[in-house]
Amino acid sequence: MAPILQSSQPWVEKYRPKQVKDVAHQDEVVRVLTNTLETGSCPHMLFYGPPGTGKTTTALAIAHQLFGPELYKSRVLELNASDDRGINVVRTKIKDFAAVAVGTNQCKNGYPCPPFKIIVLDEADSMTEDAQNALRRTMETYSKVTRFFFICNYVSRIIEPLASRCAKFRFKPLSEEIMSSRILYISQEEGLCLDAEALSTLSFISHGDLRRAITYLQSAARLFGSSISSENLISVSGVVPAKVVEALLKACKSGNFDLANKEVNNFIAEGYPASQMLTQLFEAIVEENDLSDEQKARISKKLGEADKCLVDGADEYLQLLDVVSNTIKAFNSLPEAFAYEC
Amino acid sequence: MLWVDKYRPKTLDQVMVHTDIAHNLKKLVTEQDSPHLLFYGPSGSGKKTLIMALLRQMFGPGAEKVKVENRTWKIDAGSRSLDLELTTLSSANHIEMSPSDAGFQDRYIVQEVIKEMAKNRPIDTKGKKGFKVLVLNDVDKLSREAQHSLRRTMEKYSAYCRLILCCNSSSRVTEAIRSRCLNVRINAPSEEQIVQVLEFIGKKEGLQLPPGFAARIAEKSNRNLRRAILSFETCRVLQYPFTNKQAIPPMDWEEYISEIASDIMKEQSPKRLFQVRGKLYELLINCIPPEIILKRLLYELLRKLDAELKHEVCHWAAYYEYRMRLGQKAIFHIEAFVAKFMSIYKSFLIATFG
Repeated sequence: MAPILQSSQPWVEKYRPKQVKDVAHQDEVVRVLTNTLETGSCPHMLFYGPPGTGKTTTALAIAHQLFGPELYKSRVLELNASDDRGINVVRTKIKDFAAVAVGTNQCKNGYPCPPFKIIVLDEADSMTEDAQNALRRTMETYSKVTRFFFICNYVSRIIEPLASRCAKFRFKPLSEEIMSSRILYISQEEGLCLDAEALSTLSFISHGDLRRAITYLQSAARLFGSSISSENLISVSGVVPAKVVEALLKACKSGNFDLANKEVNNFIAEGYPASQMLTQLFEAIVEENDLSDEQKARISKKLGEADKCLVDGADEYLQLLDVVSNTIKAFNSLPEAFAYEC
Repeated sequence: MLWVDKYRPKTLDQVMVHTDIAHNLKKLVTEQDSPHLLFYGPSGSGKKTLIMALLRQMFGPGAEKVKVENRTWKIDAGSRSLDLELTTLSSANHIEMSPSDAGFQDRYIVQEVIKEMAKNRPIDTKGKKGFKVLVLNDVDKLSREAQHSLRRTMEKYSAYCRLILCCNSSSRVTEAIRSRCLNVRINAPSEEQIVQVLEFIGKKEGLQLPPGFAARIAEKSNRNLRRAILSFETCRVLQYPFTNKQAIPPMDWEEYISEIASDIMKEQSPKRLFQVRGKLYELLINCIPPEIILKRLLYELLRKLDAELKHEVCHWAAYYEYRMRLGQKAIFHIEAFVAKFMSIYKSFLIATFG
C-alpha cells in the first residue's frame, strides 16, 4: 500500500526564523528583546507594523527561547483574534488560562523558564472594543503570572489603556536588498533558477511583505517548475501587467469615451481584480509627468472613492468605468461639476 | 442534453480554451500535494469546468458520481441555537456548496462543514489522497466575518481538507485568504477561441456553418462561452440550415431592458416613470439580479446618448449601484437612477433644442 503523500510544508513556515537574533533587519527590536531573554524579565509587549515583517515570528521565537519545546505547550496560549475575538473569548479562554497557577519552577536544558505564562494575541486589531476593555482587568489582575503579547498592523486600533500597559515595538517594512538576500537563500535551498529581473519583480509586487514574496515564489515554483521568470511571478500574484495599465491610460488620454469603455470591458473580461487596477493606476498617475497637480488631485480623489466602494462590494465594471470617465475629463481639462448634485 | 453540458471537457487533457492552465494544474496535482486553490474570473470563462476536471484528475472518475443533499445543522452560538439548511453536492471525496446562500449565517456553515470533513477523514487509504476537497462557490459573496472564519479554519484543518474557492472577482476576497491560496486567474476566452469551440461542436453535431456565423455568435456573447454555446443551440432549434444573415436571438430579459431604455428616451414624465417602475418590478420578481438590470440598462442608454452625457450617466449608475449594495430594496435605487437619468436628459434636451 502506497504511503499517503505528505503535505509539503509551506515555505513561509519552513524558513521561519527560530531565534530572535535571526529575524532580519529589525535591529532595534532584536536588541531590546535579546536583553529581555538574558534577564528573563518580560513586560507585556505590543508588536505592530505592516504585514509580513516578522511580528508573529518574533513573538513565537521569544516564547520558544524562554521556555523551550517541552514547556511551550503548557505555558503559551496562541489566539488568532480574527475569529476568537468576541467578548466571550476573553471571559472564558483567556481568563481561564491566565488564572491557572504557574507550574513548579524547573529549569530544563538551559532555558530560563521564568515564572509566568505567555498569551499571544495575533491580529489583535481585529478584536472588538468590548473584548479589549474586558482584557484590561485581566492583564492587571494576573500580571504576576501572565504576560500578553499583542500583534497588530495598526497600533491606533488598540485602545489606549491596553497600549499604555505594553512595551511597543515597531516593525519596519523590509527593504529590497534584505528581501532579495532572503529570497536568494530560499531559492538555493529549493533548487530554483531565479534571474535578476524576476528577483526585482518579486520585490516590486510584494511591497516589503516577505511572507507574500515567499508565498508567490512557492506558488510559481509549484505551477511552473524550477525555472521562474518575471511573467510567472506576475501571473500568480494577481498583479495587472503594465501593458494593460498603459492601454487603459492611453484610452483615457484619447478623450474617447467609447474607446475607454471598450478597454474597461476587456479588462473585466480578462479577470484581473479591479482593486489591483486602482492601485496600479494610482502609481501610474502619480508618476505621470504630463499632468498638473490639480489634475492629479482630481484623479486621486476619484480613485480613493472607488476603492472604498469596491471594498463595500460595489460592482467592479461600474466603478472602473466611473474612474475612467473622471480620468478622461481630468486629462482633457473638461469641467468636473455635474448638472445635478445630490 | 444541452450542448453546454454535453461538450463540457471532463478531463484536463480535453480542455480546449485554457490549455496552459490545465497543463499546469495537472502537473501541480500529480507531482506533489495540492495547496488551497482560488479560481477567479468572469462568468462563463470555464472556472467550474476546470475545477471539475481537476477533481477528476485528483480522485478519478468517482468524483463525477455526485448526489444532491439538503443538509441541516444545529449550532449553538453562545446564547442562541440556530437551525441552518443548505443544499450541497457531494461525492465520496469532495463536497461542493455555496455558503453565501445562507445569508448572514454563512460563517457557521463554513466552520461546521470543514470541521465535519476533518472528523470524517477517510479511514481506508485506498483513495489516492489523504484529504478531502471542499469546493466553495461565490466566495466573493461571503460576509467579512465568514471569510475570517474561513481563514482560520482552513489553517487548522489543512491536513485533512483542501479548499477550492471559486469567485468572479478577487477584489472582495480578503487578503488573508488570497495569501493562503494559490491564485488561478481564468480570463474569459477570446472571440477566436469561442469560434473554435463552436466549430468543434458544429462538427460533432454534423452541422454546416456558414462563414462568419460563428464569429457573429462569438461577438454577441461578450466573451461568455456558456452564452455562446447556448445561443448556438438556440439558433439550431429555431432554424436549420443556418443562413448568413440569420438573427441571433437575445435573452428575453435583455430585450425587455432594451424596451425600458427606449421608453425612457422617448418620454421623461412622472407617468412614464410609473410605467418603467412596473417593468422594473417585473424584472425583479423574475429573479434577474438587480446589478445586472442596472448594468444592462446603462449599456442600452449609453448606446443612444451623446458623448458629453455619457460621463455623467455612467457616474450616476456607479453611484446608485453602490447605494443599492448598501441597502435592502433594489427597486428604490434603480428607480432613483431612472429618475435621475430622466432629469439629466430632459435638461439636456431643453438646453439643446429650446
